[in-house]
Amino acid sequence: MNVTFRNESITDKMFTIINALIISILFVSVLYPIVYIVSASFSDSQAVVSGEVWLWPVRPTLDGYAAVFDYSQVWVGFKNSLIYTVTGTAVNIFMTVLAAYPLSRKDLFGKNVFMMLFMFTTMFTGGLIPNYLLVKNVGMLDSIWAIIIPGALTVWNVIIARTYFQMSIPDELLEAAQLDGCNDYQFVWKIVIRLSGPILAVITLYYAAANWNQYFNAMIYLKSQDLYPLQLVLKDILVKNDVDVSMLSGDPADAAKREALKTLLKYSLIVISTVPLMLFYPFVQKYLVKGVMVGSLKG
Amino acid sequence: MSTSNINPGINNKIGVTHPPAKRSPTIKKLINSKQLYVLLALPLLYLIIFKYVPMYGAQIAFKNFVVTKGIWGSDWVGLKNFERFIHSYDFWRILKNTLFLSFYNLVASFPFPIMLALGLNYLRNRFFKKVIQMVTYAPHFISIVVIVGIIKELLDPRIGIVNKIIGFFGFEPINFMGEMSMFSSIYVWSDVWQHVGFNCIIFIAALAAIDPSLHEAAVVDGASKFRRMWHIDLPGIMPMAIILLILNTGHILDLGFEKVLLLQNPINVKTSEIIDTYVYKVGLTAQVANYSYSTAIGIFKSVINLVLLLSINKLAQKTRQTSLW
Repeated sequence: MNVTFRNESITDKMFTIINALIISILFVSVLYPIVYIVSASFSDSQAVVSGEVWLWPVRPTLDGYAAVFDYSQVWVGFKNSLIYTVTGTAVNIFMTVLAAYPLSRKDLFGKNVFMMLFMFTTMFTGGLIPNYLLVKNVGMLDSIWAIIIPGALTVWNVIIARTYFQMSIPDELLEAAQLDGCNDYQFVWKIVIRLSGPILAVITLYYAAANWNQYFNAMIYLKSQDLYPLQLVLKDILVKNDVDVSMLSGDPADAAKREALKTLLKYSLIVISTVPLMLFYPFVQKYLVKGVMVGSLKG
Repeated sequence: MSTSNINPGINNKIGVTHPPAKRSPTIKKLINSKQLYVLLALPLLYLIIFKYVPMYGAQIAFKNFVVTKGIWGSDWVGLKNFERFIHSYDFWRILKNTLFLSFYNLVASFPFPIMLALGLNYLRNRFFKKVIQMVTYAPHFISIVVIVGIIKELLDPRIGIVNKIIGFFGFEPINFMGEMSMFSSIYVWSDVWQHVGFNCIIFIAALAAIDPSLHEAAVVDGASKFRRMWHIDLPGIMPMAIILLILNTGHILDLGFEKVLLLQNPINVKTSEIIDTYVYKVGLTAQVANYSYSTAIGIFKSVINLVLLLSINKLAQKTRQTSLW
């Protein structure tokens, strides 16, 4: 099958060329905005505003990053997001394994009822206001708990983990462990989670990304500025264009320069806020196919 | 068949209590699953409190909810809130916006992941394949806030790169965000950009599962690559594509509400107001927040979604062998 390009028929050559062309167009259109943003963030602010930046940084500086560094709100947000993401993801994984393992066992009495209870919540939800009222009534408004607890588990990820457990942990293993006197708690802790590295990596990525990127719950549940996650701070700056100019260095009189610096600050912020996940994601990438496949299997 | 039922003796050794000799099979099964129930307890508690209690709370859609009277104590008003929504001035516009944006998104985002997966499958260079996958998956993990920030910067009428490019070819700059007819395209194409790579993963996996002997036989018969792609690969991934289409159609009214909310501005609100943003505004940001009315609109949407999902699945079951259940 693997004939070299030279030996291919004329139609296959055409196909190979056209295919490469289509893929290149798709690839470049996804890649170009990313390259442009990163380049702009390292460029001179005037160059960005006047449109001199096309592909590579023009008159490279770190001005944008320096401006972000001086912007204290961003760092408060960064710290909060880090706390929410680490705690939230830990809670997520714990809860997901707790739910997924029993549901993966064939001998769980009443399994179908439990599965229905889980699945139904994916088809019907109480809606925005009842959720808000609940969080308000249990007194979690304006606290870290409002960010962590209401999203403690995602049913979809439970299903993914459950399917993986069913597929990859043979019944014989459980029987053997039981013969040796291992109870279910020990089995989950000592065997199941140690055999499920790939899927745990994938759902950790999903949860961590969801926690890090979350803004809506924070927006409706949090009031105090010092609890704001990074995304809320970003929302003010990037979306509402609400930049606290007193945090920007430079000559206050020069409005044009300040405007340019504001633009540069945004590009640098986009890069900084996205870097943590982008550092994490390549390690999990090789498992993504597995995770997506497992998720698509019917229970 | 379960292990514990085959051999109850083993279970006695590990079970916490030894069940007395004669008990009904149900009780026995309950006891056998005891530790599993303990594991399941916390997630179930979560589910009940944070998923089912709000469903109970959703009854305020049929009531005139007054905070001091509470959910249970408020007076029933029947379907008044639903009628109010259906007869409201905004109803048709919002419904039209929601459906239009959904269908546009569904149709536009369908072919590209398949194209990318098929193309990658025929790419010779493994290194490029890896790089392309790595880069195209990445935007999926960028937050909505940042995506909207990127959109706003790149589409800026004065300094955005897109208008610079348009200007380079000698056209007038377009104020994308200030043009209400542009809203749906901005939403949809940025979504395609963000998710094309990630959505193609599933097709890459489906392609890998196609029996290689089919290709070998086709090569022997002298089929060109294009023919093989058209007659082997495409039919091979179609069941997957259809399942995904069914799933997405079932959520046709669940747009990326958070993204719409961020992209919204006073100029494009006429085309960008969808059911979910309306629910949010009526319920939480309006001067006089109307909890009951907002909840009713949300339920209206949920019910339509559910009906759509069930009927489309039925349809798929009839016409093809593919279905969700």
